[in-house]
Amino acid sequence: MTVNGKPVTRDVEARRLLVDYLRQDVGLTGTHVGCDTSQCGACVVHVNGMAIKACTMLAVEAEGAEVLTIEGLAEPDGTLHPLQEAFNAHHGLQCGFCTAGMIMSAASLLEANPAPTESEVRHHLEGNICRCTGYHNIVKAVMAASGQDVAALAAE
Amino acid sequence: MPKDTVVGQSTKRREDRRFTTGKGRYTDDIVLRNQTYAAFARSEVAHGVIKGIDTSAAEAMPGVLAIFTGDDFVEVGGNPAGWLIHSRDGTPMTEPKRPVLAHGKVRHVGDAYAAVIAETPEQARDAAEALVADIEELPAIVNMAQAVADADTRVHDEVPSNVCFDWGWVEDNRAAVDEAIRGAPHVTTLELVNNRLSPNPMEPRCSIGDYDTGTGDYTLYTTSQNPHLTRLLISAFVMGIPEHKLRVVAPDVGGGFGSKIYHYGEEALVLAASKKLGRPVKWTSSRSEAFLTDAHGRDHVTKIELATEKDGRFIAVRTETMANLGAYLSNFATATPTFLHGTLMAGNYTVPNVYVNVKGVFTNTAPVDAYRGAGRPEATFSLERVIDKCARELGIDPIEIRRKNYIKPDQFPYTTPVALEYDTGNYDAVMDRLEEMADLSGFEARRAESEKAGKLRGLGIASYIEACGIAPSNLVGVLGGRVGLYDAATVRVNPTGNVQVMVGAHSHGQGHETTFPQIVADRLGIDPANIEIVHGDTARIPFGMGTYGSRSLAVCGSAVVKATEKVIAKAKLIAAHMMEAPDGQVDFEDGVFALQGTNKNVPWGEVALKAYIPHDFPLERIEPGLEETAFYDPANFTYPAGAYACEVEVDPQTGKVDVVSFAAADDFGNVINPQIVEGQVHGGLAQGIGQALLEHAVYDENGQFLSASYMDYCMPRADDLPMYRVDHSAATACTHNPLGVKGCGEAGAIGSPPAVVNAVIDALHRAGKTGVTHLDMPLSPARVWSALHES
Repeated sequence: MTVNGKPVTRDVEARRLLVDYLRQDVGLTGTHVGCDTSQCGACVVHVNGMAIKACTMLAVEAEGAEVLTIEGLAEPDGTLHPLQEAFNAHHGLQCGFCTAGMIMSAASLLEANPAPTESEVRHHLEGNICRCTGYHNIVKAVMAASGQDVAALAAE
Repeated sequence: MPKDTVVGQSTKRREDRRFTTGKGRYTDDIVLRNQTYAAFARSEVAHGVIKGIDTSAAEAMPGVLAIFTGDDFVEVGGNPAGWLIHSRDGTPMTEPKRPVLAHGKVRHVGDAYAAVIAETPEQARDAAEALVADIEELPAIVNMAQAVADADTRVHDEVPSNVCFDWGWVEDNRAAVDEAIRGAPHVTTLELVNNRLSPNPMEPRCSIGDYDTGTGDYTLYTTSQNPHLTRLLISAFVMGIPEHKLRVVAPDVGGGFGSKIYHYGEEALVLAASKKLGRPVKWTSSRSEAFLTDAHGRDHVTKIELATEKDGRFIAVRTETMANLGAYLSNFATATPTFLHGTLMAGNYTVPNVYVNVKGVFTNTAPVDAYRGAGRPEATFSLERVIDKCARELGIDPIEIRRKNYIKPDQFPYTTPVALEYDTGNYDAVMDRLEEMADLSGFEARRAESEKAGKLRGLGIASYIEACGIAPSNLVGVLGGRVGLYDAATVRVNPTGNVQVMVGAHSHGQGHETTFPQIVADRLGIDPANIEIVHGDTARIPFGMGTYGSRSLAVCGSAVVKATEKVIAKAKLIAAHMMEAPDGQVDFEDGVFALQGTNKNVPWGEVALKAYIPHDFPLERIEPGLEETAFYDPANFTYPAGAYACEVEVDPQTGKVDVVSFAAADDFGNVINPQIVEGQVHGGLAQGIGQALLEHAVYDENGQFLSASYMDYCMPRADDLPMYRVDHSAATACTHNPLGVKGCGEAGAIGSPPAVVNAVIDALHRAGKTGVTHLDMPLSPARVWSALHES
């Protein structure tokens, strides 16, 4: 498979999960494991352009696929993705543990829906649990990253 | 950099760059050379005698390096309770030993009785599953009332009736409170449950033990809110490793909410295993293990009585509580339901008589300890619920009854009957702010709109006060605390003028790396970008007590101020020497040292450099270098307070409750970084709303934990919550710390549960269900629907 644009080859056990492959075999620890029931979304990455929970896919299933993780989201020159900028500007993270999954999940939303409403953002992120922020600033950050004015939202 | 341009600004967090790009370094991200992996065998029954553990099959499995059982730790100490509680009769609490691995008996589902170390995590898990334990099941003790009633069925043989302590606060008040309630014109009584919760930081616990066979030094990498406290517990109580031979590193920590304060047996196990194998040993908790073993929160059963005059003026409060301690005493388990709970039972009010009785009860469930708010949410919920019920009974508006009893600004400092001295506050001003921001005058119109849509709208109000900035060590000592609760900071100025600040507090999401430099930059007049925070490593920081109880800024931030002031004092001596002037005639402002009455001055950078190139120093008066350490022990707790308004819509068809509006007016004193403070409130509100509507750690009568996964334990998700309105402008500065700050980390989780429940009860009453005076949390659709539809 390719991970963040680079070809990667490893021999793995059949039971190796994609998330463990990324973290332990490839050494990309930005993708996290927060549960064991595919609920929390800390492990969301993109496989062939689709957001998936990497704890719910075997590494062998991703053979030949193009995988994008949080480490590959910024431009090669270091320019951050608008979501990465917006999470900082709007304090969309505290401990940072859910952040990679949250951003990768939101990125797939913005690709499909460039100007989501508050309700659409909340619905889309339903599979990503954050225990720190109460989601308020995450919702703001995602809407701001899509170019929408969130000042009114903030005043609510 | 001019003064007052950094404090009070929403400086963007510097931590975010690494977290948004996947470059954070959490404990599980660390891979040490030759690392091995631990997996634990955990009890599937709540209570049982360990008759034997057959390790032979596991030993023969691929990759297995070592197996440990409780027998291997019989000689080592036990994990202690940090607070000695005395019962009403003066006897000290009973303290059963908490072993590293269960020995003799298992006492809750998930209690670890063995550990396997193997070359890979999978091999370790496979082998742990191959262990065969012969455990003779005993009756499980789950319900607290039954635990207390049955003297012979015991979690610990040495604890009759499973009562660890029977505590009264303040015992001398008891007779007067009883008398006041007997003679009161009106008494409102409420029995309630404060539902049991699982903290659920998104990062599960993880520990790596690394023993250096060459030096005999141990290093523990672990998910901790307080690395020095963990080191002290392991060294002095659990394993006897000399403190100077044990380094505890807590790198980036993915949330804690209390659950990562405590030392857990897994930390001791990986250290012991690493010594035995001469290789690093890592254990990473699964979410399932986190549910079963992370210390839970709340779980109180309380009867509260509020005695009042007919006009609603408070006369007395009396509570009786049973607090679940779980199967073993976690480190702060005995302080949480007592001194962090009973001392807050006067709330924001002038109530002359208060008495609190708490029984701490052992059960065959996971240990229960401090979780965001820790005792103060329980106190606030009881009080704010009974006040709401009382207001209905007397026909008084819920805001009016609170205002009628608020402590007024001219009454501070105010000593309550439960022995706290509130230093300052203005609760009416906070309520004014709330009424305005929540547009309470527009509620009736909104209610009518909801009604048109077929929804029942309700409004709930709650006030809260909390004691934060834990804590004055002398007071803690008098009350039975076994630790000091100061904090520490070292400010190190480098020769080129930039600054490292080593702090005892440890951020697990609070943004210390951003906020603490704002404090230092404000005083030194240098760019915050030239100030770096070092935390989370006992080898690099002074002995500090860590981050919990909304204490980091109030206590450790004050230590940072003290250390910075010491640096400035010394730098002034150096500057005076450089300007060939006597001491005491140098002013320092905005990064420049100026000689009074002249136009002579030297900038910060030159003084810093001079400190390390002391060619002409008068060494008898001035030492080389520019580095100072300060310990700060607070003079009092701090007392953040607030008033919250929640509006809910109840769907009468389903019983589902939606929080449609939530407004929080808080008094946190001075604020260093408003955006971070508001973020803390948002997160606290989500956890409080989660407690009120969604979350419940449920054990069945056999002690099986029924809601131990994210498919069963309902975590608040993005579409369960509203946008919040938060405000902290009605502030009164704390009078006794140099920053005037009070702490903001727990407020949201303390004030919101009663606001939500009061709102739902209000909606039911407006729908004619006036017989429903209380519903226990979580207010699930089933509970609310039943209340609406049962007569």
